[in-house]
Amino acid sequence: MNNIIAPTIGGALIGLSSTILLFGIGRISGISGIFGSLITTFNKENTWRVAWVLGLLVGGAIMLSLYPHYFDYEFSFSKTKLIIAGLLVGFGTRLGSGCTSGHGVCGLGRRSMRSLVAVITFMASGIVVVAIENLLK
Amino acid sequence: MRNIVSFVAGIIFSIGLTISGMVNPFKVKGFLDILGNWDYSLAFVMGGAVIFNLVAFNIVLNKKPLLSESYFLPKKFKADRNLILGAFLFGVGWGLVGVCPGPALVNAVTLNGDVFIFIFSMIIGMILFNIFVKRPSPSKR
Repeated sequence: MNNIIAPTIGGALIGLSSTILLFGIGRISGISGIFGSLITTFNKENTWRVAWVLGLLVGGAIMLSLYPHYFDYEFSFSKTKLIIAGLLVGFGTRLGSGCTSGHGVCGLGRRSMRSLVAVITFMASGIVVVAIENLLK
Repeated sequence: MRNIVSFVAGIIFSIGLTISGMVNPFKVKGFLDILGNWDYSLAFVMGGAVIFNLVAFNIVLNKKPLLSESYFLPKKFKADRNLILGAFLFGVGWGLVGVCPGPALVNAVTLNGDVFIFIFSMIIGMILFNIFVKRPSPSKR
């Protein structure tokens, strides 16, 4: 049951957070957009983005110190894989105007057709990559 | 005040990502392994968040935002080539390592070197997009 309850509560918190940001300051919680704008443009409009990312890091630090078991895994991959994946995630999310949060959580929540197409596309390519990787093991 | 709201939203988002298991790259890879040994649990993260927002966004978008003149919503409605190509490339990267941008940033608090290699590469990818493709004035959005 914990297999379902924890993810559902976590998901609801993510929904709550994106509703707070939308109703509070009128913004969509798209992480690739927030982080991407932050690192590629420098202007006053970015302060809410800085605050949001700081909150994300502080939240992570709180969880790590109070409940370290959530981080009980070995984040370890080959350097080549990390670099290729990082480049693809960075470039792809900007070209596609969003990632799991912007298109998935917020876009689907707004019933956006574009987001639905994006979610189906990145889910499909992710599934194919994992399947190919397992075949090559 | 706007920054405080944003900061608090960031904290809650991060707690949600952590509790849900989205920060664990191997859980994400298990979720994407539909054709093999599928770990369906993360479907409830997206499900929980989307169902919450389908209700909450519907209520909120009929009102004015509390601390802003209007909503900043995407103006495009139809999927185009860039959207599909971008989402495809993102999915390949997501499948390879099992982290999307949010969980990557949350994982930074573990100070693991591999996480920083990923984040650094992600930043380079975003900068490359700005150099080669950049849309008209995204900074004003």
